[in-house]
Amino acid sequence: MDSFAGRDPLLYNLPFPRPVYPLTHLLRSMIAILDYDAGNLTSVALAVRHLGREPRITRDPDVARRAERIIFPGVGAARSSMENLARLGLDAALAEAFSEGKPILGICIGCQVIFSRSEEDGGADCLGLLEGDVVALRFPPGVRRKIPHMGWNEVRFRGGHEVFSGVPEGSQFYFVHSYHVRPADASCVCGTAVYGGIEMVAAVAHRNLVALQFHAEKSGPPGLRILDNFLRWQPT
Amino acid sequence: MLSKRIIVCLDVRERKTTKGIRFQENVDVGDPVEMAEDYYRQGVDELVFYDITASAEERPIDIDMVKEVARRIFIPFSVGGGIRDLTDMRAVLLAGAEKVSVNSLAVQSPQIIAEGSRAFGRQCIVLGMDALRVGESAAIPSGYEIVIKGGRQRTGLDAVAWAKRAEELGAGEICLNSVDADGTQEGYELAITSMVSRSVDIPVIASGGGGKPEHLVEVLTAGEADAALIASMVHYGTHSIGRIKDALAEAGIRVRRA
Repeated sequence: MDSFAGRDPLLYNLPFPRPVYPLTHLLRSMIAILDYDAGNLTSVALAVRHLGREPRITRDPDVARRAERIIFPGVGAARSSMENLARLGLDAALAEAFSEGKPILGICIGCQVIFSRSEEDGGADCLGLLEGDVVALRFPPGVRRKIPHMGWNEVRFRGGHEVFSGVPEGSQFYFVHSYHVRPADASCVCGTAVYGGIEMVAAVAHRNLVALQFHAEKSGPPGLRILDNFLRWQPT
Repeated sequence: MLSKRIIVCLDVRERKTTKGIRFQENVDVGDPVEMAEDYYRQGVDELVFYDITASAEERPIDIDMVKEVARRIFIPFSVGGGIRDLTDMRAVLLAGAEKVSVNSLAVQSPQIIAEGSRAFGRQCIVLGMDALRVGESAAIPSGYEIVIKGGRQRTGLDAVAWAKRAEELGAGEICLNSVDADGTQEGYELAITSMVSRSVDIPVIASGGGGKPEHLVEVLTAGEADAALIASMVHYGTHSIGRIKDALAEAGIRVRRA
């Protein structure tokens, strides 16, 4: 998926008027949103801006290195996403950020490629920040469901992670995906959702990394709450 | 469990929301951006904006409006009407829309579905189709024919066959509008909705005819739709999103409560 590639520089300074920030804002660091030709980043950037922080959409690993925290969104296929990350040098920047303790938020395909391997497109090695596989949604015999899993579904959170605090019980989130993650170590699972009889992992967290299968930026108030929590989060 | 979605449709003409009956006698009902924000607060699941005159007037879609909506609401929305090519699709998506909807364009050049799907991902591409009840025949086995240009032109395409073809080409979702029911508020066209929903594996949004919550209950159960589009019944304040969802929940349909 490369059609957002070669886009005009406008996107790097979002095509929206910038709000006037108080001077103190300049002292706060930037939120890097990684652009690796995996779909549309506008809505993530707009949500971050709505929450009072200045996003910077970037494909430059050095910008990611300077950022206070990194959001790693995207839609598309695992293999092309991995190829693009490698070509841009963002795979190394992410691995560094992870080992340095910088807060990282993966969303959708960004939640999948942090695992070891995806079976999409005949199989692709992924970043391996967490151990586990990404597999296609397969339903039990006799169950027919639409693919992708598209729409609003309830996420049941567990473990009381700070990034999910204050999210009302029963909140639903917007999903669009055909593959789901299977962590090797279930202790990283923070949230699950059920579709067609499968209990899918919807959110994971490990050290300074949080990742969401759903689109928090398109999930109304509970989604914004999670993003806001992430933007304030200081992993210990 | 996935919830059934309630989607509000805003037909936009010169930056005003408008509503007609069977594509005619349109009256303005409000500012689309303010209405979008109001529906967002009421807990609508998704919004659709159709620039209803862009196509006929051959002018580009109102991108400033799309940007303004994207700044204010944080749920998915799609934009249709006046999409001419990949460049227009890209502009709409980069302005913050989640999806683009193609209708007449896809009938005239079906490859746009494949190209859009390859370029932006299939979840971004909604095929809008207007189906007219014509009676079953050899050429139109489902009894519903696709019409384009706001219902003014028949195409000879069978609605079910066209839905399957669009899925093969890479559409991520189908928004099926019944021309006969559009704007009447007398209920959705259940027969074609369930036929289409059964014949494809992608989600189907039922459109046209929603007038009271019972209609949505019907189309989301017997009609087998994954989502229901509404317009008139909420634009005039007759029903609220919350009350509609209450009624759906009472009927045992899973919905998202805001």
